[in-house]
Amino acid sequence: MPSSNLRAFIDRLIDGLLPLLSLVAALAVASVLLIALNADVGQAYSALIEGAFGTQNAFAETLVKSIPVLFVAIGICVAFRANVINIGGEGQMIAGALAGTTATLALAGSPGWLIIIASLVAGFLAGALYGGLAGFLKAQFNVNEILSTIMLNQVAVQMMNFLLNGPLLDPSEQGLNHIPKTARIVAEAQLPRLVIGLPDGTALFDRTRLHYGLVIAILLAAAIYVLLWRTPIGYRIRAVGYNERASRYAGISVRRQMILSMFLAGGCAGLAGVVQVLGLQYRLQTDGSPGGFTANAGFNGIVAALFGGLNPIGAIPASILFGGLLVGAQNMQRDLGVPASLITAINGIVVVFVVSSQILIKWRGRRRLQQSTSRTEVAVENAVVAEQQV
Amino acid sequence: MIENILAPSVFATCLRLSTPYLFAGIGEMFGQRSGMLNLGVEGVMLMGAFFAHYVVLNTGSLLLGVIAALVVGLVMGVAIAFVNVTLKAEQGISGIGVYLFGLGMSELLFKTLVGTPRSVSGFPPLHIPVLSDIEFLGIGQIFFQHNLLVYVAFALVPISAYVLRRTPLGLMIRAVGQTPEAADAMGINVARVRYMTVIFGAMMAGLAGASLSIALLNVFQQNLTSGLGFIAIALVYFGRWRPVGVMSGALLFSFVNALQLQISAIGIDVPSEFAVMAPYVITIIALVFASKQTEKPTALTKPFDRGE
Repeated sequence: MPSSNLRAFIDRLIDGLLPLLSLVAALAVASVLLIALNADVGQAYSALIEGAFGTQNAFAETLVKSIPVLFVAIGICVAFRANVINIGGEGQMIAGALAGTTATLALAGSPGWLIIIASLVAGFLAGALYGGLAGFLKAQFNVNEILSTIMLNQVAVQMMNFLLNGPLLDPSEQGLNHIPKTARIVAEAQLPRLVIGLPDGTALFDRTRLHYGLVIAILLAAAIYVLLWRTPIGYRIRAVGYNERASRYAGISVRRQMILSMFLAGGCAGLAGVVQVLGLQYRLQTDGSPGGFTANAGFNGIVAALFGGLNPIGAIPASILFGGLLVGAQNMQRDLGVPASLITAINGIVVVFVVSSQILIKWRGRRRLQQSTSRTEVAVENAVVAEQQV
Repeated sequence: MIENILAPSVFATCLRLSTPYLFAGIGEMFGQRSGMLNLGVEGVMLMGAFFAHYVVLNTGSLLLGVIAALVVGLVMGVAIAFVNVTLKAEQGISGIGVYLFGLGMSELLFKTLVGTPRSVSGFPPLHIPVLSDIEFLGIGQIFFQHNLLVYVAFALVPISAYVLRRTPLGLMIRAVGQTPEAADAMGINVARVRYMTVIFGAMMAGLAGASLSIALLNVFQQNLTSGLGFIAIALVYFGRWRPVGVMSGALLFSFVNALQLQISAIGIDVPSEFAVMAPYVITIIALVFASKQTEKPTALTKPFDRGE
């Protein structure tokens, strides 16, 4: 039946477009804010888009900003799929950056590839253990993971401030008014810049700050996608998220999936932290505030993951979009004097709209069921819906 | 040494610092007792804090400042209730959205409308006649020389305990949080009760913000609350969903805060980072011990669907 195929396609298209509608709605709310702030809306948005995607360098900066967001978002997909609400991206990112930077500094003198791999592994493990701790507390002691990860974020920030002001402080930075930062990592340990040679001899992203972290992030997204949808491990994680009780009856260890999903989510966020050091900053540095190192990537990753439909592949364009918003907002601030914090507010509205729009998907699913007439169709569709959701 | 650390002023500071925890925590507790987890407390607090401060800065009227904070809480509460009750959104995630909105929005407004941190003359200390002069153990100084909002916050504890345990309204709230199906069958409008508790909670969060910006600190800056709202949510778990429990938690936390201020004031060398970290570590440990959670409202975070 081609007509029902077409309808199914259109239905799926609308479901897929819902996040985009949420963004449009959020930007509409932001327009009202801009008008209230006496800013020219058209000018503001053109400054935003121009600043994010207008030039090659702007687009490179957008990609640079999207890298940590993407790493975190990939991890959030795993955790949220297991119905574990990981708000700890910030802390896990810091844990990864601390361990990764320490490894990089300790291995100075070794071959570059060795330092990079060891640092990435250290960063992944540190983030994974930090995330896994929250997973363990949830599995073992029934501690609400939302609360524990939020608390662990604050603990990580203070731990970083302590280490960067003391044990890890750059030896050349002394005195009372030092900047909390580590020594610079050796050149061999720095991730190379990503320059794409084009057939006509010119190079894309030449002399920009874009680095190989983007490639690592995209490979990770593909790997996590395969893990979630093509392996028994991923199946179990998603099964627990879809129906905890049924999974338990099916013999799946719910506790193990909780810990594992938090371990993986934390690991991805940990990579975000270490890649930020190896690829961009070449040292771990903060200003002492909670977002001093992470620039809120731990939270923005949640936004991007939701926006990408909790699918690691979908998280790629979503992260680039939100990276673009962040970069564009700086341009808007320069040109029009509208504070860039507008974007934090917009991100919040997007999150609220995306989670609110889930009900539309549910309603539409229900209506579709009612519309199908014969019993068998209902049964088949039930099975399909169940399978899609797992 | 120990007399210096445990001076009466420390206890007085402890009571003062517990105001925002009390307002936000008690408000959040009502929501949770009806089954609604509002994770956006921090965001509402920031907005309440900003508007209260801004209004006082421009009008000089503390009453208008408090009203502004309550109105901001009311508006945000209606929005949060609509999203979480009517649209049945995942409460853990929508709350993060509200937080990010409040964080960004309050900073945006602050930067465009005020610019640099400016202090206001907030609620002055109110010396209760006779009682505030008690010298014995510093009782006067500890209990009876606070600003008005401190007394209001503590008065909220017995009042809310009474409302929850002894009034039909409290019974409705608890029923809706335990077994919404049964409450619905009894003719209670589940959605209406949850709207009420969420809106009340948000108004209290707004007031909690005001207690910082026009009573305790008398200043507003970006991210003024820096995690206080999240601790308030944890306090509800810690206090096992009881007003007195929330108050005990609030006192414990503000005591740690006050102690930390005192320790650095008399020059004991503890890295300040560890002092700042302490409340969060304690919260995690407390959550582990509070984890039996037999008192936890069964329907917490579960949207109610009448199955129509």
